[in-house]
Amino acid sequence: MADLRANFLGIKSPNPFWLASAPPTDRKTNVERAFRAGWGGVVWKTLGEAGPPVVNVSGARYGALHGPDRRLIAFNNIELITDRDLEINLREIKEVKRDWPDRALVASLMVPCEEDAWKKILARVEETECDGVELNFGCPHGMSERGMGSAVGQVPEYIEMVARWCKANTRMPVIVKLTPNITDIRRPARAAKAGGADAVSLINTINSIMGLDLDNMTIAGAIDGKGTHGGMCGPAVKPIALSMVSEIARDPETRGLPISAIGGITTWRDAAEFIALGAGNVQVCTAAMTYGFKIVEEMISGLGNFMDAKGYGSIEDFRARAVPNVTDWQYLNLNYVAKAEIDQDLCIKCGRCHIACEDTSHQAIFASVDGQRKFVVNDDECVGCNLCVLVCPVEKCISLVQRTQGVDPRTGWDYARPAANWTAHPNNPSVVKAAE
Amino acid sequence: MGIVSEPKGIADVKPGRLDAATLKSHFADLHPALSRHEARVEADRCYFCFDAPCQKACPTSIDIPLFIREIAADNALGAARTILESNILGGMCARVCPTETLCEEACVREAAEGKPVRIGLLQRHAVDAQMATGKQPFARKLATGKRVAIVGAGPAGLACAHALAVSGHSPVIFERREKPGGLNEYGIAAYKTPEDFAAREVAFVLSIGGIEVRHGVALGRDFSLEDLRARYDAVFLSVGLPGVNKLGLPDEDKLANVVDAVDYIAELRQAKDLTKLAVGRRVVVIGGGMTAVDAAVQSKRLGAEIVTIAYRRGLEDMKASAYERQLAQTNGVTIRAWARPLALEGHGGAVSGVLFERTRMENGALVAVGDAFRIEADVVFTAIGQTGAAAPFSAAAPKLQNGKIVVDAGRRTSLAGVWAGGDCVAGGLDLTVSAVEDGKQAARSIDAALRG
Repeated sequence: MADLRANFLGIKSPNPFWLASAPPTDRKTNVERAFRAGWGGVVWKTLGEAGPPVVNVSGARYGALHGPDRRLIAFNNIELITDRDLEINLREIKEVKRDWPDRALVASLMVPCEEDAWKKILARVEETECDGVELNFGCPHGMSERGMGSAVGQVPEYIEMVARWCKANTRMPVIVKLTPNITDIRRPARAAKAGGADAVSLINTINSIMGLDLDNMTIAGAIDGKGTHGGMCGPAVKPIALSMVSEIARDPETRGLPISAIGGITTWRDAAEFIALGAGNVQVCTAAMTYGFKIVEEMISGLGNFMDAKGYGSIEDFRARAVPNVTDWQYLNLNYVAKAEIDQDLCIKCGRCHIACEDTSHQAIFASVDGQRKFVVNDDECVGCNLCVLVCPVEKCISLVQRTQGVDPRTGWDYARPAANWTAHPNNPSVVKAAE
Repeated sequence: MGIVSEPKGIADVKPGRLDAATLKSHFADLHPALSRHEARVEADRCYFCFDAPCQKACPTSIDIPLFIREIAADNALGAARTILESNILGGMCARVCPTETLCEEACVREAAEGKPVRIGLLQRHAVDAQMATGKQPFARKLATGKRVAIVGAGPAGLACAHALAVSGHSPVIFERREKPGGLNEYGIAAYKTPEDFAAREVAFVLSIGGIEVRHGVALGRDFSLEDLRARYDAVFLSVGLPGVNKLGLPDEDKLANVVDAVDYIAELRQAKDLTKLAVGRRVVVIGGGMTAVDAAVQSKRLGAEIVTIAYRRGLEDMKASAYERQLAQTNGVTIRAWARPLALEGHGGAVSGVLFERTRMENGALVAVGDAFRIEADVVFTAIGQTGAAAPFSAAAPKLQNGKIVVDAGRRTSLAGVWAGGDCVAGGLDLTVSAVEDGKQAARSIDAALRG
């Protein structure tokens, strides 16, 4: 059996599955339930300054996007940082760390952008002997209106400044949690690194309105007739998170910066994908809030089986393996040719491939052969776009198959041409310019 | 002739074999309606096929993928309109269509996994939503002043009348029975259309306005086809099949409790109190179609102890679908194939059993094996098909074929100004849904003719 232990910034955990800073990690009761269920670590729900805690709404703080069978596709929230007293949280963190020394316990923090505020909270957190701190620069609702959370995360200079203060005022590892509500994730990641942060974690939630109540003309789940945007998470955000993680993993300025991946992780496969893109561990929230803590059993078993099947002895054996295969569009081989092929034995003749291609793409799938209902790819028109593969309801019925022999009837070019990308393509104006 | 309670002899025939509560549960909805959530989940299974096979398999060509998508998008009324535009009796068809041999058989999910989208139940979900509003989704066009006589208020006649009314014409339906609806009202198993659905649907159809229905008047008795042709701009014949096939056995008409299944089903459908309806202890149904299954299953649900369907050919040859046969079997009905009735046996003037000979196919012909067996019976139902032989035409009759009216694609008969549809025409499927299609197509053709 593969060794699932993770070592992130020297913080050891029996597996790479941590619970993200969120409602599930708001109190000792929940965290201990999570540890008993098998979670490798937690990032404790964000702590604020000493004094009167924040106040949450007493109405719907969560929203969701559902599939027809109420499967939760995406989730959002307008909950603030912890609304429990700082002293209670610190006491509980200390107790939990003492009682569960083999699990990772990181405290999430959010205080005003003043060095003194950070200095004070860091000193108090160090007393708990927890493993590290995560700076919450991601929360996009409520706290951001007060100049914290994503209001900081959207300004690289602030990120760098606060990271530097934290590194100067604690011996604990510092993780900077990034907001995806920006245009280029590399900027805040570079700022975190420049400020001396030990790692970044991403993504936090995405600004979102999950739906409207058309009877009342309000946001679904309104508070006394009014609603506000929340932060979206859950399975639907995973593709955004994968892209952002890959950007940081392959950016020359941040390459090698440890990443704790967050964003719609629901199964072992999601976790493995993030690890393959460079993440040292993963953080989960929505899946646990949907199904409870038990899901970690599937994650542990699934990741172990995957690693065994592939011969990976440890997480490090496959971490970042996919990073070299993520590139810019301009470096894609434009001489590579694949075309769709339909397995007639698997085809159930729904015709979705045909109508999708006919109406919206390249008119490259015939709907009948000799008057019979049969769906066949027309190589003369197929550009290998993958649309038919994706809309086909039968797995593996349609595949994109690379062509290597003969001539492409669509272009008249030989299939077997040496790899060439846009940077050297004759149609590229900058190539022509260089030649002149 | 109905079943005689406690006849002479040893026959065990009586009402009230089961108490009222049990009977109520036995005749409740065979397939309860889908809840809104169930409907949306089921609707999500539809692949929205291109040139959908289900739509092609529907005799009324309902745009099934579109109406299912409308249900999935929480637009049941839109779905209902999509259905009703093609089939105004979509509510009844959702309940009684042999979907397993029509749309659901064609569903690509049937090919993929043996579990088609439950199109019938989804259709019912949508039409029920429309009927719950108490409103018509359609409006009549400007009145044309054209009057069309329709003979028979069954599915074909109603569909034709509705479409003509929408087009602005004024149909008058002549119906020999007390109630409109035809076999929907008198002929289909009660558990397929409970809670007076047939009557409610007729009221829904007629709510379009402009349709007059005259009851208790029969073609050939109270008026003739010539009268109608003289007084109306067009005539649509949807008279159904007034006759039933006979077994052709001695004493068939003399023995008590040898009963035409169609009549018994009508009696059951119209019964105010099922505890008062006589039922035999041992029942034999002769035939292999839907009527045979309906008579057998309803007998069982009324409390008959031993019910046997006897069919002269193999199971696969039965007109009742595999699903219907399974329904019979799961209700405790025994189906005996390759059994041809040889003689009816009687005791004290009432039937007491049926003698059957075993059969087999030989060189494409059904032959006797030379072996016989007897099934004891207190009641024998005959369900070996209906016939149009008694079609009530006098001087100028439309061209007939085996007693059924010959029509073209526009449902025109050989007589000018006379159209026909439903079970009375040759070459049909003898289904509610095909009758509706006939009425719809005839109305289009009549409308075109009347607008000249």
